[in-house]
Amino acid sequence: MSDTTDTASEPTADMDTVPGHEPEAPSVADARREAHDIWVSGTEERFPFSTATNEGAQEMLPEADDPGAAMQAGIAVDDDYTSEPTVEPEERQIINMGPQHPSTHGVLRLHLEIEGETIRRVKPIIGYLHTGMEKTAETLTYAQGATNVTRMDYLAPFHNELAFSLTVEQLLGLEVPERASAIRVLMTELNRVSSHLLWAATQGMDIGALSMMIYGWRERETCLDFFEKTTGLRMNHNYIRVGGVAADLPDGWEDDVASLIATITVGIDEYEELLNDNPIFIDRTMGVGVMTPEECKQYGVTGPMARASGLNWDLRKTNPYCGIEQYEFDVPTGLHGDVFDRYIVRMEEMRQSLRIVQQVMDTMPSGDYRSEDRKVTPPPRKRIDESMEALIHHFKLFTEGFRVPEGAAYQSVEGPRGELGCYLVSKGGARPWRMHWRAPSFAAVQALPVMMTDSLLADVVASLASADPVLGDVDR
Amino acid sequence: MAGISSEPGFLMTTLEKGVNWARTNSMWPASFGLACCAIEMMGTGAAHNDLARFGMEIFRASPRQADLMIVAGRVSQKMAPVLRHVYDQMAEPKWVLSMGACASTGGMFNNYALVQGVDQVVPVDMYVPGCPPGPQSLMHGILSLQKMIMDGEIRNSTGVF
Amino acid sequence: MASEHVSESTTDDALVASVLKDADGATVVEQQYASSQTRYHRVAVPVDGYVAAVSAAKDAGFDMFVDLYAVDHFAQAPRFEVGVNLVSMSANHRIIISTRVPYDDPTVPTVTGLFIGANFYEREAYDLFGIDFPGHPDLTRILLPDEWDGYPLRKDASVGAIPVQFKEGSVDL
Repeated sequence: MSDTTDTASEPTADMDTVPGHEPEAPSVADARREAHDIWVSGTEERFPFSTATNEGAQEMLPEADDPGAAMQAGIAVDDDYTSEPTVEPEERQIINMGPQHPSTHGVLRLHLEIEGETIRRVKPIIGYLHTGMEKTAETLTYAQGATNVTRMDYLAPFHNELAFSLTVEQLLGLEVPERASAIRVLMTELNRVSSHLLWAATQGMDIGALSMMIYGWRERETCLDFFEKTTGLRMNHNYIRVGGVAADLPDGWEDDVASLIATITVGIDEYEELLNDNPIFIDRTMGVGVMTPEECKQYGVTGPMARASGLNWDLRKTNPYCGIEQYEFDVPTGLHGDVFDRYIVRMEEMRQSLRIVQQVMDTMPSGDYRSEDRKVTPPPRKRIDESMEALIHHFKLFTEGFRVPEGAAYQSVEGPRGELGCYLVSKGGARPWRMHWRAPSFAAVQALPVMMTDSLLADVVASLASADPVLGDVDR
Repeated sequence: MAGISSEPGFLMTTLEKGVNWARTNSMWPASFGLACCAIEMMGTGAAHNDLARFGMEIFRASPRQADLMIVAGRVSQKMAPVLRHVYDQMAEPKWVLSMGACASTGGMFNNYALVQGVDQVVPVDMYVPGCPPGPQSLMHGILSLQKMIMDGEIRNSTGVF
Repeated sequence: MASEHVSESTTDDALVASVLKDADGATVVEQQYASSQTRYHRVAVPVDGYVAAVSAAKDAGFDMFVDLYAVDHFAQAPRFEVGVNLVSMSANHRIIISTRVPYDDPTVPTVTGLFIGANFYEREAYDLFGIDFPGHPDLTRILLPDEWDGYPLRKDASVGAIPVQFKEGSVDL
């Protein structure tokens, strides 16, 4: 493609005004694309997706009836399956994938209607991990709530706790100390790194790069070791709570974080060395599973997937929380919205997160790690030994809980998978009246047909892994 | 080579012991990851903890080739029939390990959506506590199960050799 | 940078007012996020003007579909609330447009014609609350099994907890 480099150099037209970081990585990707003579979407006029469904979910634009639309943009190689379907509909077959399937990242089930090797229709079926967390939350106090929500998106427990705590704090009108906010930023950014490492591991594994899986897991363990040291648990921490965090950082945390940053930075370079020049990886990811920015907006797809499509939208920039605006970082965006761009974006995001972690480490304020508001925060352990009132106060706080003023609030954080939002309704009691979660994976799973329709059967796992759905997040 | 005889020797054992030994050391798990515990289960198999040391590195995607079902995570009412279906497809002898609080008892989610303990659906040979159990806990559970198989305490779900 | 948008709350008010110029009986609540300077608007409209308000919001630049939720207010009439969460990337603003419907007629017109992404969310609201969305392309249960009876997140549905039985240990060892 001759115009590939031209498109890469000029800013995307429909982008938000927030100036984004132009990472070096996409230009590397463009060079690869040219070298391999791959026809890539995003550099051409985007064609709407032609689907044979009447379910509504998979029809994108009114031009979908256009016969030329069957020449779907975003397919890597010029092959038979991009041309007009010649097979009669009754010759199609439906195959079932999941819910027990190694590549579905949990218990996702897909109905695939295939025509030879080409997928013509996809229907995601979810609910196999429905845990009833939103109902259980109505029986738990606000202090217990973080225990519940941390098990939702189990790869990003800190983000879940943060979104929940911020929403309750919004209803309470509570300000948290600076140190608590800084610890929150530190832990959530490290969590983003660990989550992306696991994504890299599973993406590699799903498309056959098994060594990537071993490496990703190796580096993730260094993050988990630090989490365990700080919170006491490897996962499901219940660390970020309403009013601050549960405990201060352990002694010598600076050394741990510094060695962690050094290890993972080297690790990310190694992965890029392993995958960027890997012809199999490139062939299996470039031009596969394309989503346009318009489709991302329509389906509510956020996070790295939307950024890979070229939407410069990161809640840490557009709606900063916990003082994250004082740290310097860039938002990487892709151009083509395919699996390879999602890989590039996530790799760069890990680097940016480590950059934030480094800055938090350098500027960590002193002070309290949780709010001094005695309505929310239990008295310190030492006070309980000395004072009867403190003991009673502690007891009341953990049996009855604190009351939250009547109202409704929505707050979202930029999770590793996109906008993770919590909608809370309070009726003035000590327990939420209703807790609704805006789960990024839910939107991503809904958008799977857009990525998969009219692509090859083998690309299903590549597209699926690049969406990085966590089924605990989807089904809740 | 001074202390080792070069003469061909022989080894005596009972058939039962030999079979138990073979079964113990090549127990292939079916990858039945459901929720948080599945991540720790995969972490156990990865480089850091290396489940391959115990002959269990191959997580089989097909239940037909697996001996051990590690139920890793919460089992919803919608998933329970699927779980039983997968269990029925596994060939004898087969064992079930219930990993984590949710699979064992429903854990903290005592509500409409979850099966309160996977032992209501399939017979369980070993429970591993934790939320989620760390790799060490899981390995302890697996090794305890292996010891029970080696000692002949449990054979298979039908009780027939 | 983002701060350019943040301080211009008057622009945001004008934007929200332009969305609601045709909506009768709308109430607007402005709220501020915790640990942040940014604001967002929660708008309640009657069910008749719900789709029109969402459509107006889409035309006004709120073109990113984020969320659709349902709430059961139980003792209050009208009982059910359904809300759509939209974001305008160009104005960097969020609007939540909600409507209330009574228990005996829990019917909310679908917004899947405006935002395809509402498909799964409306199915979820139907599954857990029993709210009907006429015009939805495939209104079936999504999280629960198809043969499930009842709507578990309604307030009159029980949590479904099974009391823990503390039994004696097995003795036939």
